[in-house]
Amino acid sequence: MAKPADTPPHTGDNRPALALHVPEPKFRPGDVADFSDIVVGQPGDQPRPDEATKPEDMKDLAYGLVRVLGDDNKAHGPWDPKLDAETLRAMLGHMALVRAFDERMFRGQRQGKTSFYMKCTGEEATSVAASMALASDDMVFPSYRQQGILLARGYPMIEMINQIYSNKGDKLKGRQLPIMYSARDHSFFSISGNLATQTPQAVGWAMASAIKGDSRIAATWVGEGSTAEGDFHSACTFAAVYNAPVILNVINNQWAISSFSGFAGAERTTFAARALGYGLAGLRVDGNDALACFAAQQWAANRARANAGPTLIEFFTYRAEGHSTSDDPSGYRSAQEREEWPLGDPIMRLKDHLIAIDEWDEDRQAAMDKDCAQRVKATTKQAEANGILGHGLHHPFHTMFEDVFEELPWHLEEQAEQATRERKIKWPDQHPKDFAGK
Amino acid sequence: MSLETETMAAEGQETERRLNMIEAINDALDIMLTRDDDVIVMGEDVGYFGGVFRCTAGLQKKHGKTRVFDTPISECGIIGVAVGMGAYGLRPVPEIQFADYIYPGLDQLISEAARLRYRSATEFIAPMTVRSPFGGGIFGGQTHSQSPESLFTHVSGLKTVIPATPYDAKGLLISCIEDNDPVIFFEPKRIYNGPFSGFYDKPVEPWKKHKDSVVPEGYYKIPLGKARHVTQGDQVTVLTYGTMVHVAEAVCAAKGIEADILDLRTLVPLDIEAIEASVKKTGKCLIVHEATRTSGFGAELSALVTERCFYHLEAPVERVTGFDTPYPHSLEWAYFPGPVRIGEALDKIVKD
Repeated sequence: MAKPADTPPHTGDNRPALALHVPEPKFRPGDVADFSDIVVGQPGDQPRPDEATKPEDMKDLAYGLVRVLGDDNKAHGPWDPKLDAETLRAMLGHMALVRAFDERMFRGQRQGKTSFYMKCTGEEATSVAASMALASDDMVFPSYRQQGILLARGYPMIEMINQIYSNKGDKLKGRQLPIMYSARDHSFFSISGNLATQTPQAVGWAMASAIKGDSRIAATWVGEGSTAEGDFHSACTFAAVYNAPVILNVINNQWAISSFSGFAGAERTTFAARALGYGLAGLRVDGNDALACFAAQQWAANRARANAGPTLIEFFTYRAEGHSTSDDPSGYRSAQEREEWPLGDPIMRLKDHLIAIDEWDEDRQAAMDKDCAQRVKATTKQAEANGILGHGLHHPFHTMFEDVFEELPWHLEEQAEQATRERKIKWPDQHPKDFAGK
Repeated sequence: MSLETETMAAEGQETERRLNMIEAINDALDIMLTRDDDVIVMGEDVGYFGGVFRCTAGLQKKHGKTRVFDTPISECGIIGVAVGMGAYGLRPVPEIQFADYIYPGLDQLISEAARLRYRSATEFIAPMTVRSPFGGGIFGGQTHSQSPESLFTHVSGLKTVIPATPYDAKGLLISCIEDNDPVIFFEPKRIYNGPFSGFYDKPVEPWKKHKDSVVPEGYYKIPLGKARHVTQGDQVTVLTYGTMVHVAEAVCAAKGIEADILDLRTLVPLDIEAIEASVKKTGKCLIVHEATRTSGFGAELSALVTERCFYHLEAPVERVTGFDTPYPHSLEWAYFPGPVRIGEALDKIVKD
């Protein structure tokens, strides 16, 4: 039987030979990174339409870049959310805490205290500032790099570390990979780990809220790479069809593990422009500008709450660190990219803004950083008292079988009995208390 | 009125109310939409039109457009939004127009709905009943005939329910909608309008002649995880579900075999007690399903019976199934595990 390779290409007539385009990032390890071709525009140069504006009447905002903070560290233009200094300092504090937390948890993984961690360095504004523009009971459906939402909403840090350590204090019973938090009492949906599945779920939650005549909206976060999933397409379609009160936040941090944004289509158009084909409002925002992040989310929240429609926001940012503790970006991208990123660092930019408006200074910044580091350190110690991953097998065997269903069926009960029998052979020296059954 | 006359009146009323399976399902949905404001029915063509098989006819008009509505043609989206609705606190009852179309929604079912309770340690749940017509026998070809139940029984966290009569369809569906776990509810579409003996060349028998088409008014439930004795006998146990319940019953009757036929009704959780009791009584076990053979649910049943009843067995467990091919169009009745295939297996196992 003929194999495809045995068939010669159909050439020799007047038709030109076809060529497949495989995207390639501009810079690889060792290359000099030069981002001068990225058009960042001027802070304040984008109009801020009314929240009820039809998507087709605000198309340019899907291609431009909403920016507020200028090189002069002042806030510019109609997107300035005009936040008071106290709110700005709180925003800065949350972002600094997230960064300190990331540093410590990353180190903890390297020290063998857990299996896995993911930093959000450089992207703090896209979760902290954006979530501060929502009501505290608006439901968020995050991806795996939105720890900033939890800290901004005042979720206890010790719960996060317990989860990361999968220890006996972990209220998710050691079932989830580290950082896949769930915090219902902070309106924070369980993180899956499968990509983009949360996007139609957010739309469904928002539809339910609308069906019930509730006033709460939903917001979801997804990486630019994951927008290639069918789930994201479904989410956009359902959001548009039912005019769901939802915000679809796309974090374009340029890299999906080692695949640059071109593999999600970034060579052809912006991610915000995806909105237009669906009839969603589309905003493209400087994700390293905390004020722009807040303002865009607030605009979209106002729009959703007024039944004026869903919004897709692209946060244009840069993943300054590796994808996770299992990743080494020096193997696929230029180490210079982080330094050369034209939109700077979100924490430094907000700090400089607060200083420029005489509401902050370097001494207070240094004291804040120190305080954050100390808080994280103290909480880490507290969490370690509950154990670290792999030491002590903290969760009773029976919990492995619980919550698969609301009630334990016979076949799981039988398997639970087997696990309990095996424990005596596998770990004969362990104190029975460590394995206390139900 | 004496107790006796009350009972007679109830019986008299029951004999007047005979429904086919479509009407029974519609009745269950109507009752649950009425009883519980959190119940939502959605799917392709289920709203104004009432569904391609008419299971949702009239429900939108009665309960309103935000309770019963059409969806985009996106099974991934239908299941995905149902997960979000469940997390909010609703009880969505999404319809997938044909079981053959359910695959784009598998990730949302397997990775999301089925595991949400576990991964969030009960913070969030995804109660939903995914209704979908399944099975062949209507000349649906390879995309309107499949029986993919074992794809779902293999997933921890999903329940799989398959009714075989109008009475059961209503009572089981109500139980599913009230259940706090995600349930796959497969409706054997060949028997929507009447039970099927497997003799495809005979006229269709309407449900009204069948005793299990008597469907009481109002709310009642049939518990999940409980099998139904179709016939009692001691020659052989037949484990089956869906359309094949009726085919197996007809073949046993035609052959004069006194079989203990169990309609499993729920595959997960399985009524293992009823299965064990029956096989230990008869010493012989025939498993009948329409789905393809390899890794089908029959393999699980066969293993369970062998593990638990080995010393009571007087013959090897037999399986009658569909063939491991796509469901063909023109050769549908050559494919279908009908009276000849079941008859041969019965002859073999009963004679042994």
